[in-house]
Amino acid sequence: MYGKGILKGLGVTLKRYIETYVDDIRWMGKRYYKAEGIAHRSSKDAKGIFTIQYPEEILPSPEEFRFLPFLVYDEGDNGEHTIRCTSCGICAKVCPPQCIWIVRTTNPATGRPIPDPSEFYIDADICMNCGLCAEYCPFDAIKMDHAYELASYSRNIMNLQTLSKSATYYEKIRPINATKENQARAAKLAARTAATIKTE
Amino acid sequence: MAVKDINTPGYEIPEEIEGQVAITTLDKIYNWGRSASVWPLMFALACCGIEYICAQASRFDLSRFGMEVTRPSPRQSDLMLVSGTVTKKMMPTIVRLYNQMPEPKYVIAMGACASGGGPFKEGYNVVSGVDRYIPVDVYIPGCPPTPQALINGLIKLQEKISNQSLKSVRWYQKGEDQVSIPVPILGPDLIDPRKIPLIKNHEAQEKLS
Amino acid sequence: MTTPAPVEILDFSTIFPEFVNADIRPGYSGWIINKDHLIEFATKLRDVYGYDLLTSVTGVDYLPDEKMEVVYHAFKTTGGSVLNYKVQVPRLDPIEIPSLVPVYPGVELQEREIWDLYGIVFTGHPDLRRILMWEGFAGHPLRKDWKEAYFEEENKPFKSRWPDGKIVQAENNNLFSDNIIYPTDFDPEKWIPEGEEALYGALAKYEYTNKDGIKSDNIVVNLGPQHPSTHGVFRVSAVLDGEIIANLKPVMGYLHRNHEKIGERNTYLQNMPYTDRLDYLSSLSNNFGYALAVEKLMNIEVPERAEYIRVIMAELNRITNHCMALGALFNDLGTFFTPLIYLLEERELILDIFEAVTGSRMMCNYFRFGGVARDLPAGTLEMIKGLAFERLPKKVDEIDRFMSENEIIRSRGIGQGVLSAEDAIKYSATGPLLRASGVPYDIRRADPYSIYERFDFDVAVRQNGDIFDRYMVRLDEMRQSIRIIQQAIKGLPGGEIQTGKPQYQVRVPAGESYGRVESPKGELGFYIISTGKPNPWRYHVRAPSFINLTPYGHMCVGQKIADIVAILGSIDIVLGEVDR
Repeated sequence: MYGKGILKGLGVTLKRYIETYVDDIRWMGKRYYKAEGIAHRSSKDAKGIFTIQYPEEILPSPEEFRFLPFLVYDEGDNGEHTIRCTSCGICAKVCPPQCIWIVRTTNPATGRPIPDPSEFYIDADICMNCGLCAEYCPFDAIKMDHAYELASYSRNIMNLQTLSKSATYYEKIRPINATKENQARAAKLAARTAATIKTE
Repeated sequence: MAVKDINTPGYEIPEEIEGQVAITTLDKIYNWGRSASVWPLMFALACCGIEYICAQASRFDLSRFGMEVTRPSPRQSDLMLVSGTVTKKMMPTIVRLYNQMPEPKYVIAMGACASGGGPFKEGYNVVSGVDRYIPVDVYIPGCPPTPQALINGLIKLQEKISNQSLKSVRWYQKGEDQVSIPVPILGPDLIDPRKIPLIKNHEAQEKLS
Repeated sequence: MTTPAPVEILDFSTIFPEFVNADIRPGYSGWIINKDHLIEFATKLRDVYGYDLLTSVTGVDYLPDEKMEVVYHAFKTTGGSVLNYKVQVPRLDPIEIPSLVPVYPGVELQEREIWDLYGIVFTGHPDLRRILMWEGFAGHPLRKDWKEAYFEEENKPFKSRWPDGKIVQAENNNLFSDNIIYPTDFDPEKWIPEGEEALYGALAKYEYTNKDGIKSDNIVVNLGPQHPSTHGVFRVSAVLDGEIIANLKPVMGYLHRNHEKIGERNTYLQNMPYTDRLDYLSSLSNNFGYALAVEKLMNIEVPERAEYIRVIMAELNRITNHCMALGALFNDLGTFFTPLIYLLEERELILDIFEAVTGSRMMCNYFRFGGVARDLPAGTLEMIKGLAFERLPKKVDEIDRFMSENEIIRSRGIGQGVLSAEDAIKYSATGPLLRASGVPYDIRRADPYSIYERFDFDVAVRQNGDIFDRYMVRLDEMRQSIRIIQQAIKGLPGGEIQTGKPQYQVRVPAGESYGRVESPKGELGFYIISTGKPNPWRYHVRAPSFINLTPYGHMCVGQKIADIVAILGSIDIVLGEVDR
């Protein structure tokens, strides 16, 4: 019969249409605006309405997700912020479009360099979100952020103030990586103190 | 925006007709109609265009914002979403499309390439951001911005539209024509007609030195 | 499983002693041909020795040696590894080399690109015009002595970024605060743009008398670059006789992002994120090809677990790409978005896996030299298992049920846009375009790379070479990819994922290499020349979409104007690759 193929196709569409109602009824009110509903709609059993209604429902970002970079600072006991960055310059060398500018501080008295950045710029209109800066930083000082709600009415150049975020924030967004790095740093510190004790 | 957001009475409404009458300003109605039904131009240049298509698809539905009607013709669209790298060969076409759009019109620069040249900024065929030639309303960083970031940018555009006032918008001012940008010419390198005096001045200075 | 036919190594310098010499530079291979005998050599290769598929033609500028070189890579459709040969000429204008278009018509677009970017004139080429830049542009950009407007230093990393990196935006260093330079003595008001005379002259708009004896004129119609059905910024110029196409030429270059020039300034690791943006729908295949090419030069092995992860990611990539390609093809055939949205659902679920493993949905930047960047996080293997064993096979069958018997798709697809097998080989077509015409050439079988020899899968082939067959080939390929992923998951070993310590400055010994993979669109090849420095000397991408466009005009002549959009959709191009 001519037209059988079109009718078969329309059957597929009809089945999916009915499934949207059936799935809504089966989940009965827990399907929208709840975390388990969002997880169901992004799993392998997803059926029915597939929409995640941003901005009311936010899809949780996985840990490895990378958007723009940020600089990590440790918070001291009396609220002081120590930036981990030592301005070694590896991130500026490895960045593919060369969008990182770093000015290393120099001691005004002796003229020798101090491992601290006095100025740090990232041009967000050039950054390609590749994550190479975070991958090759030896001091865990620059990491990739999860925040993507950055639309604005003007161009975006980020400096040292806008780039710095706390280590607690970093542990919140990347718990597994943060614990691994903290353990590695603690082990290195323990090994170094053990070596100095031995030599003394 | 629900009806209750528009209803800002400065007057007492009698009880019998409270459910049937809303008092508001002309600005609010005008902006409500415009921001809830922006029609984008079908214009995907590069990788950011694929994220735009994903934002239109069923997972991040743009129909919820009234933007599912994408028009291929610039005469029928309100918003030019420049998504992707802007190259010099394509620039005359983009300016011509912008001139053909009727007022009120908006431009969003989506992604790093449209905002400021992006990772390809150093190339010989890349324009350092589309705002060198046409005025941009919202910039969305990212390479590419995820569909959620794009929707965030569109919500910012809707907020901008809601804050405009009939008294001060560009297209209702007396005596000002529609903004019409001169089309760039493809010479030995891209020529911007607004910069011709600067180019001639520079040539003359080079001859002197 | 079949193994490719063994290829005997021939010594061409003894067979043709007058004009063939071996290339003895350290790290190089192949033959150097005298340019006056080039056509004779190429014809003998094609007819006598069976090298019928000439896939890649590139130019190289050896400025220190005062030489320009053109490199050819030829293959046999029965399988086997590459035969490359070169022609060297002194670097004095005008530089002339005979064109190979009479022997292999598929080199037409590639020779135009070498004229555009290097300034080498190919004598005998039917239509030598610029292809990626516009007519009237000053200079030939890929030459080593041509500097662009924002030129800072010869190689990255730039010294101006650290330790005294005061931020200076590139615009503020330039006279016109923009990415522009003009030649000296340039008067903008006296410049007359060259317009499109060269293009329309090439289209040969002509008057003719049709069978009623009426003198007729043909119309030239331009589609694009902004058009709802062209897959990006792509323009087609067609000469019409009523509704039938008389001649057709594609115009590209609207997304030319100078990938190769930037690639020569980058270090090897910095090029990896740029390769994501070539074919932006299948970024993991691009990473794969580039990693293979550099690993050949560095001569390092990849650990087992990394190989299995690479194969799983590459095949998932093939499925996402075919979802998008088929959805766009159905859009061009008239179904208004419904199959596209159904296929994009599957693509979104796979993109969630990419985001969890690599960090980004599209620009994955996941492969490194000697392995992959990081291991699979906890929970992602279950996601992949769930998709590959339960969801995807059912969904592919659903699309088959939805579309394959549809009368409209059949009548618009069967018999339209036919490309015969001999034409496909002549025009250097690769990928699903070649296999739909009946030639069973798949690089994963013909010249296996990575660990594809261990997997049991079929090569998808159809016989007719029309639009419907290209759709069916892609559907078959999705099923075979699912098969490969299932076998790879079952065989995934433990172990490390990268040889050696991760380094950001890799040492690559001098030499040349051509690494190719079977990307979802065709043969994606990377030709890299290294001089031992941290930056490559020449970096060329053999883009499948660009070369698959060579038979486009030939396929469209005689069709109606509504079909050219469908034929373009069935070739499946991505503009990031076409224009690089």
